[in-house]
Amino acid sequence: MGDMVSLSGNFLYLAFVLYLVATFFFGGTIKDKRSQGTKSLASRIAISLTILGFLSQVGYFITRWIASAHAPVSNLFEFMTFFGMMLVLAFIIIYFIYRLNMLGLFTLPVALLVIAYASVFPTEISPLVPSLKSHWLYIHVTTVSLGEAILAISFAAGLIYLIKQVDQSKKSKRTTWLEIVIYGLISTLGFVLISSIFSSLDYKATFEFPFDEQITEVEYNLPAIAGPHEGELLTEDRMSSVFEVPSWMKGVNAAKKFNTLLWSLVTGLAMYLILRLLLRKRIAAAIQPLLQKANSELLDEISYRAVAIGFPVFTLGGLIFAAIWAQEAWDRYWGWDPKEVWALITWFFYAVFLHLRLSKGWHGEKSAWLAVIGFAIIMFNLIAVNLVIAGLHSYA
Amino acid sequence: MRKLTCDACGHVNPQGTSICSECGKPLQIDSNDIESNKSLLNMRYDGSAVRSKTHNKSIVDKIWNFFSSVKIGVTLIVITLIASAVGTILPQEMYIPPNVQPADHYKDEYGIFGQIYYQLGFHNLYSSWWYMILIALIGISIFIVSIDRGVPLYRALTNQKPTRHESFLKRQKLFSETDFVSQDDQENIIFSLKKHRYKVREENGHILAEKGRFSRWGPYVNHLGLIIFLFGSLLRFIPFMHIDDFVWIREGDTVVIPKTDGEYYVKNENFILETYDEEDERFSEAIKNKGMVASNYQTDVVIYKSTGTQLIGQDPDLAEIKQGSIRVNHPIKFDGYALYQSSYQQNEFSSISFKIHKAEDKDEKALANFTVDLTKPQSLYELENGYRVEIDQYFPEYFLDEGVPRSKSKYPRNPAFVFFVYPPNQGEPEISFAGIGRNVSSGEGNEYKVGLTGFEMRDVTGLSVKRDYTLPILGLGAAIFMIGVIQGMYWQHRRIWLHPKGNGLMIAAHTNKNWYGLKNEFAKIIADTEINMVIDQEQEDD
Repeated sequence: MGDMVSLSGNFLYLAFVLYLVATFFFGGTIKDKRSQGTKSLASRIAISLTILGFLSQVGYFITRWIASAHAPVSNLFEFMTFFGMMLVLAFIIIYFIYRLNMLGLFTLPVALLVIAYASVFPTEISPLVPSLKSHWLYIHVTTVSLGEAILAISFAAGLIYLIKQVDQSKKSKRTTWLEIVIYGLISTLGFVLISSIFSSLDYKATFEFPFDEQITEVEYNLPAIAGPHEGELLTEDRMSSVFEVPSWMKGVNAAKKFNTLLWSLVTGLAMYLILRLLLRKRIAAAIQPLLQKANSELLDEISYRAVAIGFPVFTLGGLIFAAIWAQEAWDRYWGWDPKEVWALITWFFYAVFLHLRLSKGWHGEKSAWLAVIGFAIIMFNLIAVNLVIAGLHSYA
Repeated sequence: MRKLTCDACGHVNPQGTSICSECGKPLQIDSNDIESNKSLLNMRYDGSAVRSKTHNKSIVDKIWNFFSSVKIGVTLIVITLIASAVGTILPQEMYIPPNVQPADHYKDEYGIFGQIYYQLGFHNLYSSWWYMILIALIGISIFIVSIDRGVPLYRALTNQKPTRHESFLKRQKLFSETDFVSQDDQENIIFSLKKHRYKVREENGHILAEKGRFSRWGPYVNHLGLIIFLFGSLLRFIPFMHIDDFVWIREGDTVVIPKTDGEYYVKNENFILETYDEEDERFSEAIKNKGMVASNYQTDVVIYKSTGTQLIGQDPDLAEIKQGSIRVNHPIKFDGYALYQSSYQQNEFSSISFKIHKAEDKDEKALANFTVDLTKPQSLYELENGYRVEIDQYFPEYFLDEGVPRSKSKYPRNPAFVFFVYPPNQGEPEISFAGIGRNVSSGEGNEYKVGLTGFEMRDVTGLSVKRDYTLPILGLGAAIFMIGVIQGMYWQHRRIWLHPKGNGLMIAAHTNKNWYGLKNEFAKIIADTEINMVIDQEQEDD
């Protein structure tokens, strides 16, 4: 059994490396002189590596399923890894419709970030609690993450569109917001980096604090900027918290998670500022010249098409399958749990996106901004709802 | 009402029409369309007259126009979206601990913000009148907009004529003109269009090739699904349609299922709680990190139906109709009802056995034994050797409240008793206190003592009782929505018009989405001909 687990881990590692190499080959296609670069050697190698990486990750998924005897989508590590895999799948589908290499250059790094992000969470195989023991676990989770992954492609295309189209000759609201989006992506990288650094240093600091009317312990793996409410540091020679989180942050690990978020934002900011200093201009302005070859109309089309394809999949997985399962497991198909509400908000948002596009003619830049906001809502639901608001889905 | 007469064919179109329904010549265009694009035609609803754009006199018109505006619809969704998000900032009332006062809870836990949140009623946001009104307004908007746009679009698309005016073709997004097209190529393109599964119609050499028209009905189908869904949700307000209750059952007990008018009974045969094995190497690490993890909550039950009429005070005649186990994710279902494993309480006392012995007896030899059945404690127990015991007080869940013994609940989780012990042939009782782990005699100088000899425990299961006749309607609505949204999103309505001009051919192509796909397809259609590729006239403008 242990062999299976390590085999599974190797498959995932291989997939990660393949995606990384594929990204560089997609990068290589940018310099390609021909405008339809899909037939070039670099692009063929890039998409082949992507597919190999995807197959390797499927290998990870299957072996882990065998090892754990349940679909590996039951905790945050497994779910985020799966979301990364679906992102790659969605990219492969869209790639074979539109053959746009540049999309790979933006989507694969996002998938890499998601997988790296996932690996920071506990990776051990955890047993399924009774409410998760259902076929609906993998039916619901797989469709909802595929739906969200396709919607994320819309974000990638929208982001390329914006970096290409937004006027960088002078500072404006649009350039600022674009930098904020890029900063958000860099912060995710910051999270992965800072977690890896302190994990290799084996940093551990234990706090005890009152929770649910008893004293509970929590182990920090990053120095505590934000400590638990009324917490007390137990480990010697470790930094005590700079401040305590307010009492309304729910959940045993709320303070720890919030601390991690702070670290990510701070590290991200540092990385962003270093990049700005090196480039001596806005990040988007530095990328812009590389994108001049991109066909804006095609990017706009992909961004919209991804929503058109992803919206029904998301509705089916995130609302309909979710409701059927909730009816079986929790005896009500809808309970206004925060995760459910945010799925509804995501659905409302993309409904608005489609109506504005189809009936009000919101094309191009407006549509691209909406795609970016949509992705922010999805990521909020995937990460922040679990982090800040502990609901029924808090195990995921 | 003013009619619009087409100056090309003389057809009289209703007011609001922007493209003549007979020949396709653009009629007078309102200022908005000029603004959006000078040269291209607005093909929305195929240029037909939409009620909301043509009637604006009566109050009905005004209301109709309000709801049929996409701007209003989108605004309503955005407001609902923001309101929904606000409801997740703090937990809703149903998710706060059940034993606290909401007003105090929000204030104590979240300070002044919590207090304001509570006072604005955001703790019950999703069942507030204004949230429901928002949803209702969205429903009305969906309904009206579907009729307003759907009907004219249906008429326009089912009455299309292959012959379209020259200016109609010229002002399409995709357009090409070829000065000379050979007879062979004319046949080739028609053959090729058919090969690409276009339906080709001809009228005096004018050709309309069309496919995927049904995708245009997608939005109206999915709106219909949503309306059915909302209607189904509305039906939940009728009490008959929907039952939601809860029942606690001790092991071995048979109780009436609430809200079934005494028709159904359920017996709890056994409650099972299982946990994962720490020794299982697969999960050992996770269990070590997180502690024991439950693997199964299960109640084995028998469902009975009462037969015949029940007399008051008499047990009903019960006929078994179903036997099985209820687990999380696996409710038991019968006659439209469903019972769900929802809660449990382990180790409740069902009976306790005592003995009476001499206070100074070191061996505590039993003089008399008795067992109290906690489900129906008797007030008096007549025992062997002439002893009698009377229960003076019973505390199911005993605790000392500032020195006074009291019970926290009526459930026997920590039972304790005050007994009157009557030794043989004595009229005056001794007072004795007994419970789990405590059998101090309360009277000074008591001759006898009551001691614990044993007890039996059992589990209590909590089942929720549901019956929901709205589920099939909701399911139907959701299914129709999915069909509509897939129909509308995964297919496209593509049209290609061929307009002969001299020896040449004018060609225009239109799709409701995926222009990229249409261009690729068109390139394939004309691949073996000398016909010119269509030009994207919108891109040229940029």
